[in-house]
Amino acid sequence: MDKTKIIKFYRSIYKIRRVEEEIAKVYPSDKIKSPVHLSIGQEAVSVGVCEALAMDDVVFGSYRGHALYLAKGGNLNKMIAELYGKITGSNLGKGGSMHLIDVKAGVMGQSAVVGTTIPQAVGYAYAQKYLKSNRIVVSFFGDGAVEEGVFHESMNFATLKKLPIIFICENNYYAIHTHQTQRQSNLNIWEKAQSYGIPSERIEGNDIFKIYEKISETVKVLRRGGTGPFFFECMTYRWREHVGPNDDFHLGYRTEKEREPWVKNDQVQKLAALIDPKKRKKIETLIENEIKEAFEFAENSPFPEDFELFSDVFKEN
Amino acid sequence: MFLKKTKMRKLVFTDAILEATDQLLKQDPKVLVFGLDVDDPKAIQGTTKGLPKKYGSKRIFGTPLSEDAMTGAAIGMALAGLRPIHIHIRMDFMLLAMNQLINIAAKSHYMYGGTVNIPIVIRSMIGKSWGQGAQHSQSFYSFFMHVPGLKVVAPTTPYDAKGCLIEAVKDNNPVIYIEHRILHFQKGYVPEKLYTVPAGKARITAKGKDITLVGISYMQLECLKAQKYLHTIGVEAEVIDPIWLSPLDIDTIVESVKKTGRLVVVDNDWVTCGAGSEIVSQVIEKLQGKKEVKVKRMGFAPVTCPPSPTLEQLFYPNASTIAQTSYNLIQGKESGWIPDLEENMLETEFKGPF
Repeated sequence: MDKTKIIKFYRSIYKIRRVEEEIAKVYPSDKIKSPVHLSIGQEAVSVGVCEALAMDDVVFGSYRGHALYLAKGGNLNKMIAELYGKITGSNLGKGGSMHLIDVKAGVMGQSAVVGTTIPQAVGYAYAQKYLKSNRIVVSFFGDGAVEEGVFHESMNFATLKKLPIIFICENNYYAIHTHQTQRQSNLNIWEKAQSYGIPSERIEGNDIFKIYEKISETVKVLRRGGTGPFFFECMTYRWREHVGPNDDFHLGYRTEKEREPWVKNDQVQKLAALIDPKKRKKIETLIENEIKEAFEFAENSPFPEDFELFSDVFKEN
Repeated sequence: MFLKKTKMRKLVFTDAILEATDQLLKQDPKVLVFGLDVDDPKAIQGTTKGLPKKYGSKRIFGTPLSEDAMTGAAIGMALAGLRPIHIHIRMDFMLLAMNQLINIAAKSHYMYGGTVNIPIVIRSMIGKSWGQGAQHSQSFYSFFMHVPGLKVVAPTTPYDAKGCLIEAVKDNNPVIYIEHRILHFQKGYVPEKLYTVPAGKARITAKGKDITLVGISYMQLECLKAQKYLHTIGVEAEVIDPIWLSPLDIDTIVESVKKTGRLVVVDNDWVTCGAGSEIVSQVIEKLQGKKEVKVKRMGFAPVTCPPSPTLEQLFYPNASTIAQTSYNLIQGKESGWIPDLEENMLETEFKGPF
């Protein structure tokens, strides 16, 4: 992997990790007015995929969407302001952490209901084909989403119409506190997609380089007008609790020992080790400033005025 | 003479929908039409007839039996700038799409801070008679009226069928467009040009001073027949067709009730928490302390729709029961009056599986 790419990846993944650590730090103050589902531990998937995409490609995500939003280039100030419920937020304080959007960056929405954005991504991809655009759509969802009927309906339609879409299943093994083994008879999620005739594979190890390379190859195929869809099951692991800023080993549904190998394999540290320490320090300082400014921006921004309660129910014609 | 003739051109309801769709497709390449059976030989009661051939299978297509995902796909297309029309041959099937409609379509513009909007039209049909039974007869429009961010329209004439569909497709928001299967056979004046019937405007379909009848969807026809029966005993009913249930033109209804002091809302749905309940509540809220008002809600019997014709007859309100109820409301008691039914005013039925 060439040096400039490594630096670019590091900028993105370091920023996401540090933003979420700051969110966790601020959270007990109750200044953040939104339930937060942190991506800490899973960032490599979002970064690996989004680094292979172009600015005007489009992603759809789930409620655990901070990493995806930032990896795709979503505006940080607006994200933090949104978490604070401020009028300067990405959604004017009307979405919150689970529904981040940044149309300019191609982040087209995130939903709190599992699996819900999958068909929207499929429809968006249909439109790209219909409009003869070469934009690519990527649909992100977790291992729980493949248990929803809409997942199967969406796989069928996407492959029937040969759509320019990449499905990314972030398999972190847990739906809230319930392990995949208690929910699914076949643990190979990629095989479900394959059964619809979609080229599918599993990417082990939460490995940012592997993910980037696989998605880059796929993007090349689609950009040349090749036939979609494609499906990747990316194995990863959520370090903290399902929702909120803390660890959750006291609940007893999983052990710290289970997390250990994933922490040892931390992609932030792995990338850091590949960069000259002086250069790295520089990058980190710039990002720390950016984060500090974003939280100050959110703190100093006003809450929406009362009239905003009634605005944007309908789009005027 | 010729000019006069073309001005009064008559079309059946389904052809009015077909013409509106054709004109919309011709005018705007961003309009697409899809749904189960859209491109099959029956062509959704003829409302999509010839369109696949004329506009191609990328714009007009039948879908897999995936109401949930296809609704999500319509939303995704709308996010990408298209204006899809998604069709369900029975409204009952829309229950499979509620997550996408309620959690995403209705909420996106608001929840995403005005950065996106969802211009989709969902066409669906309510069945009646010939044993439509439990799952081919339901009218869920009150579900959709309940949720901010959705518009709901139930046209009853061919004129409104065309004008409302054009208005719905041109609207920048999700619109639930509801057809009643029996109304499909209505014939009436339809202009040839592209025109709209504006959202949120009701129509007074018969003038009167004694009582206000509001008939929703198919029940508009029964109300108009009831108005004729009432006329035979000297009662002049004012009949209102709300056309759009959301936004609802309550002012037109309130103005009428202010005059008549009596309101019967006849819903093509169950009464509890229905559109009729909403209309009555809003009228009372606006007129209480200003005008004494007598009200009555009518609708489906509070049971599952039975297919057996004798039971089905009892399940629905009809012109006779509406006229009787109206007269009793005016008299303030059970009057015992039953209108002499006229053969040509008996209920329209349709035969066949669809």
